Amino acid sequence: MTAPAMGTTKTTHIDVAPKKKKGPGALATAYLVIYNVVMTAGWLVIAVGLVRAYLARGSYHGLYYSIEKPLKFFQTGALLEILHCAVGIVPSSVVLTGFQVLSRVFLTWAVTHSVREVQSEDSVLLFVSAWTITEIIRYSFYTFSLLNHLPYLIKWARYTFFLVLYPMGVTGELLTIYAALPYVQKTGLYSITLPNKYNFSFDYHTFLILTMVSYIPLFPQLYFHMMRQRKKVLCHVEEFKTE
Amino acid sequence: MDALALEAKSTGEEKKAPAPRPRPKPPKKAKRIVYFEVEIVDAKTKEKLLLLDKVEPTSTILDIKALFHKSNPQWYPARQCLRLDPKGKGLKDEDILQTLPVGTTASFYFSDMGAQIAWGTVFLSECYGPLLIYLMFYFRLPFIYAPKYDFTSSKHWVVHLACMCHSFHYVKRILETLFIHRISHGTMPLRNIFKNCSYYWCFAAWMAYYINHPLYTPPYYGQQQVQTALIIFLFCQVGNFSINVALRNLKCPGSKVKKIPHPTKNPFTWIFTLVSCPNYTYELGSWVGFTVMTQCLPVAFFTIVGFILMTVWARGKHRNYRKEFRDYPTLRSPILPFIL
Repeated sequence: MTAPAMGTTKTTHIDVAPKKKKGPGALATAYLVIYNVVMTAGWLVIAVGLVRAYLARGSYHGLYYSIEKPLKFFQTGALLEILHCAVGIVPSSVVLTGFQVLSRVFLTWAVTHSVREVQSEDSVLLFVSAWTITEIIRYSFYTFSLLNHLPYLIKWARYTFFLVLYPMGVTGELLTIYAALPYVQKTGLYSITLPNKYNFSFDYHTFLILTMVSYIPLFPQLYFHMMRQRKKVLCHVEEFKTE
Repeated sequence: MDALALEAKSTGEEKKAPAPRPRPKPPKKAKRIVYFEVEIVDAKTKEKLLLLDKVEPTSTILDIKALFHKSNPQWYPARQCLRLDPKGKGLKDEDILQTLPVGTTASFYFSDMGAQIAWGTVFLSECYGPLLIYLMFYFRLPFIYAPKYDFTSSKHWVVHLACMCHSFHYVKRILETLFIHRISHGTMPLRNIFKNCSYYWCFAAWMAYYINHPLYTPPYYGQQQVQTALIIFLFCQVGNFSINVALRNLKCPGSKVKKIPHPTKNPFTWIFTLVSCPNYTYELGSWVGFTVMTQCLPVAFFTIVGFILMTVWARGKHRNYRKEFRDYPTLRSPILPFIL
């Protein structure tokens, strides 16, 4: 019906450490640990890349180009998480995970990659840094959870940093899409006009605007959901500490 | 022999309690009625909501719901769901109290199903919408296309044909809803009307926009394509209608007995040998015909989405049939013969 909503900075996996996971098999657990470790490492590479580029250039401008490849690789790799849910080794909803991952991938490829002119925008740095910090924490959270040795610090970080990172990421994403609009309209990117033999038309410019609009209902819902999760997870810590 | 029979009959009548009376009574005991006590408990909070005593054992669940409604007027019977077990299936309105596996004190768990709306209202809104919306685009009302096209007519014959087919389809559905369909549930949740109407109305607008567009491109293979598609469409419309009539004739009015549908003298119903829900099969066929006729991608999308939904429904119905009837024909598939 409507466009899928875009980038949620923090992917909200509803499977949360306090619940006793039924445990995927040993092989699946090993695979998931490797997956999460690789992803943590990948996003660390992006983080380091950003810092190094900043130190080298001395400015925030145009840092996207220094981490373009690892960003594309590791963000696209997150598509595997949909598979994990579908197969059942991760107890999350396929639809929810799919939605979140696809929105990230959409922003990475269909907006930032496709519209070259926005790549030098500062808003790109805004959401890339938000995603980077979020993902490092999230993947290490999963790694430690799978190994049943979750340091409280990581749990706390996961359920606290989003308070800032989520709005930061959403702002970056929206500004980037907004910056892409004039170029999309000018070039007619990804758009089909009438007449054509399939009697179909698609205006990517309008689609992007609708996408931006869809943030309005979706962002608060996800944000408040994470806040409720935070209360549940961090306030029960006195009762049972997972070490 | 007749005299003997008569004698036997007469003695029998004196000895036995008067049997063929319309009022059902607990069979074994004498004329004393054992009244039931009914307790209604909230399924979530387990709070006792109502205690009814001196309930007739022959009361139906609907009677009990009516009594509950008296003391809680905000919960009309259609939105009440009473269960024997908080996680079990809802009891049917026509279930009789004394046939339920309860003692003389029955506890029912109540949950509120939310505001309800009659199924007929939903079905009619679903169908009137697309009918009218399509016509708005067909007649090119203002503010849809460029002003110079307002109230103009398409020069392609297929566009007029498509309008007739689309309108015929929805008029047929409206008439079937009014006169043919017999649905077991009287109501459905109120939010369904918003969900269903959005689906039908938005898709209808989307399709109609392109088919009636001034820049519409007629089908690639021209008349041949349109005529073949029209035949498929009409064939499936007649088929769908035949199935709906056959399904209606299965149920006698007021009876809740479920029966297996079988092929009748009408050749369009012979598909029952291969398919459990041929009404969906024919509906799919109609929309495939319409897609080919208009060669319009949004119509194809609508057909695909509809196909997915109908497959889900058909598989559910097929599963129910097989659960309910031991001797259900094994050759039948839910929606597509041998495939799905």
